[in-house]
Amino acid sequence: MLDLSLAQARAALRARKLSARELTGAYLSAIDSLNERLNAYVLVTPDAALAHADAADASLARGEQGNLTGIPLAIKDLFCTRGIRTTAGSRILGNFIPPYESTVTENLLRDGAVFLGKANMDEFAMGSSNMTSAFGAVTNPWTRHGDNRPLVPGGSSGGSAAAVAARLALGATATDTGGSIRQPASFCGIAGIKPTYGRCSRWGVVAFASSLDQAGPLARTVEDAAILLGSMSGYDAKDSTSANVAVPDFAAACARGVKGLRIGVPREYRSDGMPPEIEALWQQGQQWLREQGAAIVDVSLPHTKYALATYYIVAPAEASSNLARYDGVRFGLRVDGGDLGELYENTRAEGFGAEVKRRVLIGTYVLSAGYYDAYYLKAQKVRALILKDFTDAFQHCDALLTPTAPSAAFGQGEKMDDPVTMYLNDVFTVPANMAGTPGLSVPAGLDAQGLPLGLQVLGRPFDEETVFAVGAAIERAAGFSARPSILAK
Amino acid sequence: MTYTIEGNTGPWEVVVGLEVHAQVISQSKLFSGAATAFGAAPNSQVSFVDAAFPGMLPVVNAEAVAQAVRTGLGLRAHINLVSRFDRKNYFYADLPSGYQISQFEKPIVGAGTIEIELAGGSTRQIGVTRLHLEQDAGKSLHDQHPSKSYVDLNRAGVALMEIVSEPDIRSPEEAGAYVKKLRAILRYLGTCDGNMEEGSLRADVNVSVRKHGEPYRTRCEIKNVNSIRFVMLAVEAEAMRQVEVWESGGTVQQETRLFDSARGITRPMRSKEDAHDYRYFPDPDLLPLVLDEAWVADLASKLPELPDGKRARFIGDYGLTPYDASVLVAEKATAEYFETVAQGRDAKQAANWIMGDLFAMLNETGRSIENSPVPAERLGELLDLISGNIINGKIAKTVFDAMAETGGRPAEIVEARGLRQVTDTGAIDAAVDAVLAANPDKVADYKAGKEKMFGFFVGQIMKSLAGKGNPALVNASLKQRLG
Repeated sequence: MLDLSLAQARAALRARKLSARELTGAYLSAIDSLNERLNAYVLVTPDAALAHADAADASLARGEQGNLTGIPLAIKDLFCTRGIRTTAGSRILGNFIPPYESTVTENLLRDGAVFLGKANMDEFAMGSSNMTSAFGAVTNPWTRHGDNRPLVPGGSSGGSAAAVAARLALGATATDTGGSIRQPASFCGIAGIKPTYGRCSRWGVVAFASSLDQAGPLARTVEDAAILLGSMSGYDAKDSTSANVAVPDFAAACARGVKGLRIGVPREYRSDGMPPEIEALWQQGQQWLREQGAAIVDVSLPHTKYALATYYIVAPAEASSNLARYDGVRFGLRVDGGDLGELYENTRAEGFGAEVKRRVLIGTYVLSAGYYDAYYLKAQKVRALILKDFTDAFQHCDALLTPTAPSAAFGQGEKMDDPVTMYLNDVFTVPANMAGTPGLSVPAGLDAQGLPLGLQVLGRPFDEETVFAVGAAIERAAGFSARPSILAK
Repeated sequence: MTYTIEGNTGPWEVVVGLEVHAQVISQSKLFSGAATAFGAAPNSQVSFVDAAFPGMLPVVNAEAVAQAVRTGLGLRAHINLVSRFDRKNYFYADLPSGYQISQFEKPIVGAGTIEIELAGGSTRQIGVTRLHLEQDAGKSLHDQHPSKSYVDLNRAGVALMEIVSEPDIRSPEEAGAYVKKLRAILRYLGTCDGNMEEGSLRADVNVSVRKHGEPYRTRCEIKNVNSIRFVMLAVEAEAMRQVEVWESGGTVQQETRLFDSARGITRPMRSKEDAHDYRYFPDPDLLPLVLDEAWVADLASKLPELPDGKRARFIGDYGLTPYDASVLVAEKATAEYFETVAQGRDAKQAANWIMGDLFAMLNETGRSIENSPVPAERLGELLDLISGNIINGKIAKTVFDAMAETGGRPAEIVEARGLRQVTDTGAIDAAVDAVLAANPDKVADYKAGKEKMFGFFVGQIMKSLAGKGNPALVNASLKQRLG
């Protein structure tokens, strides 16, 4: 039952061959048996999940079929959920219980989804390994052949990705500021899309970097991701950066095929240090698309090399300001002091982890008087050039194909000595955040050690349909059917 | 005539620029739907956005934007069709998000002018540099508990317009006239209630002094001055202080100061932090504010008549003197009162009554013209009684006093108290005869050339008629008898 895709489970529910209670119960049992090892969930809400499942069964009995009626999901702990503790993976939020529901999760509930619990994540979504969570590391359900050492699931949506890959949820919400959906999808062998900036409302999602943050789904198939995104998307007047555009039928786009499409391969994404297996997979992906009728074209994104450095100015700058509200005065953790200044210092010193502090410091520095022009203003100018790169490239092609990440999942504790080594994980994913364009990671193969590798499809703003069409074509050709090691034992 | 401060080294010129914070009249806050009523119970008008809860986002209030544009139009200022909101970052307990959303680089309104009127009827143009929209902070209460500070967030997020003047102001009087005129314009527009006691209009006063012809010297900023009188006093006190500093060989340090109204001096403000670096940057939660030209034009076409226009019309249409017109348009409510009274009546007489008896009565009773016990319609009726020869001008003052006291209608008071004018020539002649008969010596004086005695006789006759004699008839009868 747990191996059913979301689309298959939905069909079985609608056909009344399966009840939402059975399905949710099966997922809750799986969580019971595996979550202790994976630490994918920081909070499981079985009572609420079963109550929602029963409501879903009642709806289905009445013939009411929402897009997601009875589908059990994991919710990244960055989404505020009414009456359910929301931590953003940080100590500083303490036992914060939001009195409101984020727009994205409200949309999912509207469509009948069942929430199993809150997924672990890097603190405030800052990280590429899920090692920065105040609730401890998440373990990737995959391990290398003949090597039991635990690997990271990627980050920041590591809990969401691990849960979906290990069959602890049928799908999950996630967010992507610099690659936090696509890189964990690649590391865990699942599909994940960061839609166009503005496609999903940011209202009720704890902010990291407002101009980059975007919610999206993680799922086991491209079509499942498309189904989830359909429910998550939509204009929201409460988010001034939300786009007032119609939500197309993403799932239908998965069946379009790629015949006649021009697929760009950006030459700047070829780096000297890229593992040969990833290079080979990338070539393979091009071949698959060619075989299905697409034309492969060489394109240039000349400012790619500046994207990561620029990102590490813009994102911390916005974060330093967004995180100022965690001051111990109104909610969350408070560590008292002799005066207001000490209250701030004690609360923030104890509440934030090292990576969050590092980024707050970087952000404060780049915005400070005398440095603003050299860093933040310059970064915004480069950002405009990166966007122009994409606009120019999309004159010559309909989508871009790149690797998702420069490596497969690495070991817990690796790449921890130098933050920049960790930041390099996002080198292929960050440009799409800077440009606001949609990006999908689709599982395409395994490396020699048996770890999954993803390919990334980038598209024009608000053209997720083409991205899904290309992603589904790769998925069909790849026939990716490997299961995480944890399920084999 | 230029205002100067006489120092030991000669005259000093005073240079003043004002930053006025005006609370926007709007049902809700600048970026949230919370209400904005003054005096509500602490923390009763706070949304999750105002309290900066996780994941909350600002959405600009279109009415607040319209109010800022109306104000800009009223200041004859340039409206920037594209403006931007920036974050001003600093930590304080009454600033929930840790930043104030303001407009730093690209304000919604650019350069404009305000014409101020000075004693003697002269006018001056004062430049307005810019107007921008920003959020107010909450309020910290340090006197509610021996060891704790309380925070009231009702005001947090309320829309303010910061209106910055050029350093064109040269005297305390001009500074006062500027705030007065700005307040009048805001009230006419209905964009700010101008209530300085409640803090909905506050001024930061920038003062420097210089010798004639010099470039500007260092200025000091006096924060949060909350009455027009204090603005004038603060300018004077600060200018005097700076002259003393310069003349004693010292240097004025750029700093923020407070006006101590009890002692009539300014003193350095205790700073929350030594040096603020506000780390301004564009708020990524908000898109640039783009205004439609046609929408601005529509607001402009619906703008009410403003003080300058009204003043010109009062002079042109009602034949008022420039001085009277200035006094009557200074407050929108006074102008409306005047027009109600003057409608179809002698406008000059209406102006005299309002600026004389009415103002005196309001002053004495501490009432505003909106709450006058003698509403405009009643004063009009009183003037009708005079012009209809029902009462004379003197009795009218008695009637007015009674109206102020009882709130009654003038015609009823006249009837009830028997104040109707005596127009019966028989009764008047008899009163004249009686007075002349009682004062033969004074009649003789008059006939000998002391013509001033005429007034004495009128007074006596009016007295015997209890003040109700028709003045014209009394004069005619008396003249005839004195031959």
